Amino acid sequence: MISNLLNPEILIDQVINGLTIGGIYALIALGYTLVYGILFMINFAHGEIFMFGSFGGFWALTYFVNRGITGNHPILCVAVAFLVAMVVSSVLGALLERIAYRPLRTAPRLAPLISAIGASIFLQNVMMLIIKARMQVYPDIIPEEFLEMGPVSISYFQIFIISGSVLLMVGLYLFIQKTKVGKAMRAVAEDREAALLMGIDVDRIILITFVIGSALAAAAGVMVGMYYSQINHMMGFIPGIKAFTAAVLGGIGNVVGAMLGGYFLGMAEALGVLFMPAEYKDVIAFSLLVLVLIFRPRGILGEVVSERA
Amino acid sequence: MTNQEPTLLRVQDIHAYYGNIHALKGVSLEVNEKEIVALIGSNGAGKSTLLNTVSGILRSKQGSIYFEGSRIDQLSAHKIVDLGISQVPEGRKIFSRLSVIENLEMGAFVRKDRGEVAKDMEAAFELFPRLRERRQQVAGTLSGGEQQMLAIARALMARPHLLLLDEPSMGLAPVLVETIFETIERISNEGTTILLVEQNALMAFQIATRGYVIQTGSIALEDSTENLSENEMVQKLYLGIEVE
Repeated sequence: MISNLLNPEILIDQVINGLTIGGIYALIALGYTLVYGILFMINFAHGEIFMFGSFGGFWALTYFVNRGITGNHPILCVAVAFLVAMVVSSVLGALLERIAYRPLRTAPRLAPLISAIGASIFLQNVMMLIIKARMQVYPDIIPEEFLEMGPVSISYFQIFIISGSVLLMVGLYLFIQKTKVGKAMRAVAEDREAALLMGIDVDRIILITFVIGSALAAAAGVMVGMYYSQINHMMGFIPGIKAFTAAVLGGIGNVVGAMLGGYFLGMAEALGVLFMPAEYKDVIAFSLLVLVLIFRPRGILGEVVSERA
Repeated sequence: MTNQEPTLLRVQDIHAYYGNIHALKGVSLEVNEKEIVALIGSNGAGKSTLLNTVSGILRSKQGSIYFEGSRIDQLSAHKIVDLGISQVPEGRKIFSRLSVIENLEMGAFVRKDRGEVAKDMEAAFELFPRLRERRQQVAGTLSGGEQQMLAIARALMARPHLLLLDEPSMGLAPVLVETIFETIERISNEGTTILLVEQNALMAFQIATRGYVIQTGSIALEDSTENLSENEMVQKLYLGIEVE
């Protein structure tokens, strides 16, 4: 297997794979980190929000395919599918916050965690009932064509995922840094009581945080559906924990950290496959989680997070 | 001292709890327009609890609070800021990871008049030139005195009618305390009503016209600051003057 490392074609292929998967992990990880930054809780139902987003996109695309309009306007259809997915997940994220977390905001920290796990199981079962526990096949709208650049071949779909996830993350970063609501999110994350004294409607900001995190997860959900073609009600579990790992790697609560953590994890998995059988992919991810938790529990960029007044 | 100005804030028989602790046991207090009112008391007497109850961070279990004639004790904190009450909290509570400018923007969060906000930010820099020099800096890197200035400037950005100040002198060097109190006077002269909570009664009495003494959750004394300064108990407990 080591010989794979010496083969530049395989190496480059894996780097591209790493960027693709890494971007998806990063998008999901942001939801964990945004919520943790404000509420200090892990939203363990986030993987299910991602799953529902994927299904939102799936339903939209299936509808378009049945109507026969995907042939003429494939890009428009995909765009609408993303939009539908984001709306589905955002509404779900908002409901989750209102019903499962807000009533427990002043409860001991374990309570919302248990509520999150309960919500996660509930949502998985709801989807299982909807799809009758059968694997669903994502409609093929963008043909699987490759762009050949010398020895490198990259699918249009990978280009789309890589650039789409970067675009969403740049958008999020600018939103948090430049807009009034984004600044208020940072203010609430740092000191909720002071934010209240500024006249910031903290409940609203928390709701917006859930909505944003959910919408990003939904985008990742559609990407995963289109990339791997098959989805089911359990699909949120592994990516959910992996993205959580990515968020911890980067320093949970830290937005840039979650992005870096996502790419780091994606790369580690993709390049790790060069050394060991592909089945060990998950082993790499969770070994990383264990190592980080032992040696650097604050994550790669953790210092920034710990700098609380 | 007689006051023709109408009452801006009226706190009536407020009871509030911190967990199981009965922190305010029927506190009543009034602040008239354009006044500086001092509220003094030792640690844990309920000073901050009272301010936080007025600000809507804590809920009173009993009693009522009126601001400009309308009842506010059931309103959410952000509505109260919107009505015109801003607080400079104890320990400053600036957003240390936000820049100075962003902190000020957060102070103006409830306002929609962007042009006027820009003017007020200019006025804040006028009041605290040090903040202008450091406007792009992350607020956590400011010195204690600068942070206190930022906390005051931030509260003013909401254009409050009533400014609640919680121990602005805490942890500051005497020279800086002087500066801060001069600024408070200046803010008052420009028309903002002030309720000033202090342990440093000596300083507070120099700028306030009336004062309240709070002890273990109840108002023990209420008078003009001149009379309070003459009061034996106040001298002994809060002004550090030994009485024979």
